[in-house]
Amino acid sequence: MALLSFERKYRVPGGTLIGRDLFDFWVGPFYVGFFGLMTVFFASLGTLLILWGAAQQGTWNPFLISINPPAIEYGLSFAPLHDGGLWQIITICAHGAFIAWLLREIEICRKLGIGFHVPVAFGVAIFAYTSLVVIRPILMGAWGHAFPYGIFSHLDWVSYTGYQYGNFHYNPVHMLAVSLFFTTTLALSLHGGLILSAANPEEGEEAKTPDHEDTYFRDFIGYSIGTLGIHRLGLLLAVNAAFWSAICILISGPAWIWPEGASWIDWWEWWPRLTTFSAGG
Amino acid sequence: MAEYQNIFTQVQVKGPPELGIDERGVLTAERTDATRNNTLVGRLGNAQLGPIHLGMFGVVSIYLFAVWFMIVGFGMLQSVDYNFAEFFQRLFWLSLDPPLEEHGLSFPPLNEGGLYMIASMCLLLSVLSWWVRSYLRAHELGMGKHICWAFAAAIWLFLCLGLFRPLAMGSWSEMVPYGIFPHLDWTNYFSLNYGNLFYNPFHALCIAFLYGSALLFAMHGATILAVSRLGGDRELEQIYDRGTASERAALFWRWTMGFNASMEGIHRWAWWFAVLVPITGGIGIILTGTVVDDWRYWAIEHGFATEVPYSVPESSLIKE
Repeated sequence: MALLSFERKYRVPGGTLIGRDLFDFWVGPFYVGFFGLMTVFFASLGTLLILWGAAQQGTWNPFLISINPPAIEYGLSFAPLHDGGLWQIITICAHGAFIAWLLREIEICRKLGIGFHVPVAFGVAIFAYTSLVVIRPILMGAWGHAFPYGIFSHLDWVSYTGYQYGNFHYNPVHMLAVSLFFTTTLALSLHGGLILSAANPEEGEEAKTPDHEDTYFRDFIGYSIGTLGIHRLGLLLAVNAAFWSAICILISGPAWIWPEGASWIDWWEWWPRLTTFSAGG
Repeated sequence: MAEYQNIFTQVQVKGPPELGIDERGVLTAERTDATRNNTLVGRLGNAQLGPIHLGMFGVVSIYLFAVWFMIVGFGMLQSVDYNFAEFFQRLFWLSLDPPLEEHGLSFPPLNEGGLYMIASMCLLLSVLSWWVRSYLRAHELGMGKHICWAFAAAIWLFLCLGLFRPLAMGSWSEMVPYGIFPHLDWTNYFSLNYGNLFYNPFHALCIAFLYGSALLFAMHGATILAVSRLGGDRELEQIYDRGTASERAALFWRWTMGFNASMEGIHRWAWWFAVLVPITGGIGIILTGTVVDDWRYWAIEHGFATEVPYSVPESSLIKE
């Protein structure tokens, strides 16, 4: 694999967290490192187990393959391999691969002398996954409350789980998370569009500058957040979208927060009571 | 690795306000001249608020939006007999509803959806007027129209929900009610009535692009902040004349996942991911109830759903 024209001078030793220079090399464009090997190990093992599970299930239709968690009756114990045990091992593999990938990102950041923003953001994504398959099942007392690994089976799980709580749209934290996802996408389109419109101006015009960007946004909406600020805003919005998504499902289910079967529609009963009081009615 | 990880602005400089570029010498007169500084906002981005351009289309847009807002408010008030205590008590539950089904595509009486149609017309004109503004502001500065076309994609979804699908279904009653909880209920029943929208492939694409947009912005925002020590936030300059910030940003992703975008290319990825959310979503909306009546049944027919949907297992499906 050819190096990029400027790449050679950046390929220096150092920055590893584990193994000194033992795994400090590249394969093609990929940096390896100790955690690269860990990622490959866990990702391969997990993928093979999924394929084995599919063979046991008897379908090779990628939309229908589903590795299901153990039945509720198994609680938090280990389940037989073909009764949820496979799901448990695959979950461990997924965590191994994700966390190794994060640590490998840290090694690459150290090697390049740049900030740790990407691995930190990735950590929030891992937290969201862990919330669904580890933290919430533990809070509810059974692995069976986690979602199945399958393209449409996990959508069925979302439907099924949502309607356990009446109408999930009424979950206030779900509202917050969805709003954050929409806002992130809006901000992304504005940022991408602004950069492209400055670098690709009208025919015959010279390429534009950050002053044009600021002027456009101040003219348009009265505020320009600036070249540095937009990346902080984008990162904060995206990370919060993932974080509050995790919280909105973590609070749905555990008996001491909002137990299964309780409708989120009823949660809002505090509002009429509050305003009845303040309006003196 | 004790160097500062760029999170918030630590030192804010307060100079004279930036009033904006005015190459043709006509814009300054059309802008407000007051600006303010907000220190808290300055922690995140620019501290300067204002100036804003006052064009005809902007003023028309804000005016029509206010009219839509007031009509919706008065419609809600009317539904509680102008009782303000009850209005606040039931605020989130109240709505201004679309016309009754029996009126089809004709103009309904005012209190059976006519008011809703007038409000909708105001909202549509307001949005279109704001679109013209987004175009004219870019044209005035000689810039590309990428934001306008992205905004047009959002308007496409808006029109799919409020115009194209109701026309195809033959009734304005298919439009979305204006109200906090009522529009959520509408969404819920839309999915239930058409056999679970999760099996609508365009809905799936729409969500994939929505999550993809969050992923891309997290990746891009984090990468730029990580190389901001080297001037990475000066993206335009880095596009025109690549520096070490661009190189390290590119190599980070190349070494991590074997592929990297360029400083300009990442913004094309960003633009397309964001724009495809409403484009695919709109297609999914138009097909629902017109071409496909039951998405789950449709999915079973096309071999990507099973007769028994997944539910929390009492005993696992792969047991035998």
